[in-house]
Amino acid sequence: MLATRIIPCLDIADARVVKGVRFQMLQSLGDPIERAQFYEEQGADEIMLLDVNASYKNRDLMFELISRVAKRIFIPLCVGGGIRDIEDMRMALMSGADKVAICTGAIMNPGLITEGAKRFGSQCIVLSIDAKRYKDTWHCYTYGGRRDTGLDVLEWARLSEELGAGEILLNSIDRDGTGEGYDLELTKMVSEEVSIPIIASGGAGNLEHLYDAIIRGRADAVLLASLVHYDEYQIGEIKDYLRTRGIRVR
Amino acid sequence: MIGIVDYGAGNLYSIVKAFDHLGFSTRVIKSVDDVLEIERVVMPGVGAFSSAIDGLKSKGLFSWLRNWIETGKPFLGICLGMQVLFETSDEAKNIKGLGIFPGRVRRLNAKKVPHIGWNQVLLNSACGLFKGIPSRPYFYFLHSYYVPYQESDYVQARTVYEVPFVSVLARGNLYAVQFHPEKSGGLGLRMLDNWVRLC
Repeated sequence: MLATRIIPCLDIADARVVKGVRFQMLQSLGDPIERAQFYEEQGADEIMLLDVNASYKNRDLMFELISRVAKRIFIPLCVGGGIRDIEDMRMALMSGADKVAICTGAIMNPGLITEGAKRFGSQCIVLSIDAKRYKDTWHCYTYGGRRDTGLDVLEWARLSEELGAGEILLNSIDRDGTGEGYDLELTKMVSEEVSIPIIASGGAGNLEHLYDAIIRGRADAVLLASLVHYDEYQIGEIKDYLRTRGIRVR
Repeated sequence: MIGIVDYGAGNLYSIVKAFDHLGFSTRVIKSVDDVLEIERVVMPGVGAFSSAIDGLKSKGLFSWLRNWIETGKPFLGICLGMQVLFETSDEAKNIKGLGIFPGRVRRLNAKKVPHIGWNQVLLNSACGLFKGIPSRPYFYFLHSYYVPYQESDYVQARTVYEVPFVSVLARGNLYAVQFHPEKSGGLGLRMLDNWVRLC
């Protein structure tokens, strides 16, 4: 049986690992290469690198970092942040990424999903949705959570699947870095609507939250940052906990 | 020297890097001019069935590769590199594969497709590729098409994702796996090392 994936996410700014709360207040947490290797040794199922600044800064530094991280790990590597066109995708993949996560770039040009899927395969294309609650629904945000597009999350998720996305990374802006738990309602809604895997992101504060995201939110994978970055939990402990709760993990 | 077949569909970085790490030298095969001194061949798994077959043909590698396999030389197919060994695929109805094994590659009809993530490889009996690897190991899978499981002398293992499918094939010096050993951490590296030492 397929194991639920536990994916640590390294938010990157100026080639360092950082972490913020509700997409703000960035704090440096050290060398991404060491972190990535450390997580692989602990049993991470995949590594995500998100360039939190790249939406508006020079990206060469990021491509160089991707290649340095990719050289040292032997599990899948997904990268995102500032991927705007096919050339950015190609650069990221050629630097050693296995998948690219696109958010703002896909909303500005939905054809990028289709073109990317055609050129590199759907399995490479992770649609990243930055979702924020708006009345009874959720809106998609762009530019690292700074701009409300007014686009409905569910509608965008459905469309992106048709366009050729291979996975959806679903980030809750409301929960990001708060430790209050994943937005289960949002996660379940999107996961049940599409037939591609959903990675839940934003809000994990304890192990129960992960269980909830998988069982109640129907997430196919969970993204973690704060929970592991401050060495509060080791990935092995997280997996032991989920295993005792009856969830299949590697 | 290990030759990595480049059929133009994508990124060979991961597989090259894995052999590098293990201390084996590789060369990317872009045309038949590159095949001198090659002792082992890896057909990696990126892209689609049709682009792989078209790519092999346009680079003049299709017949060379089929001949390499048929004459029993060391070969490892990974993911799509396993699927192209069959006759046809739902992914490209009018395109013929290498036809080393009979049958058709099917589209997964699961609740969530692609099958992405770590799943268990269930061996039928001892297989050299898995020497030193614990039983029922997890490997990393990423695919939307599969070879239906059936018992036969060359089917070595199955994996279950709603339906059982073939995850390891072996016949003589030919080995093929549906998962990505180059993305499966330490166990994957061990499997690649075993393959080089086996044939």
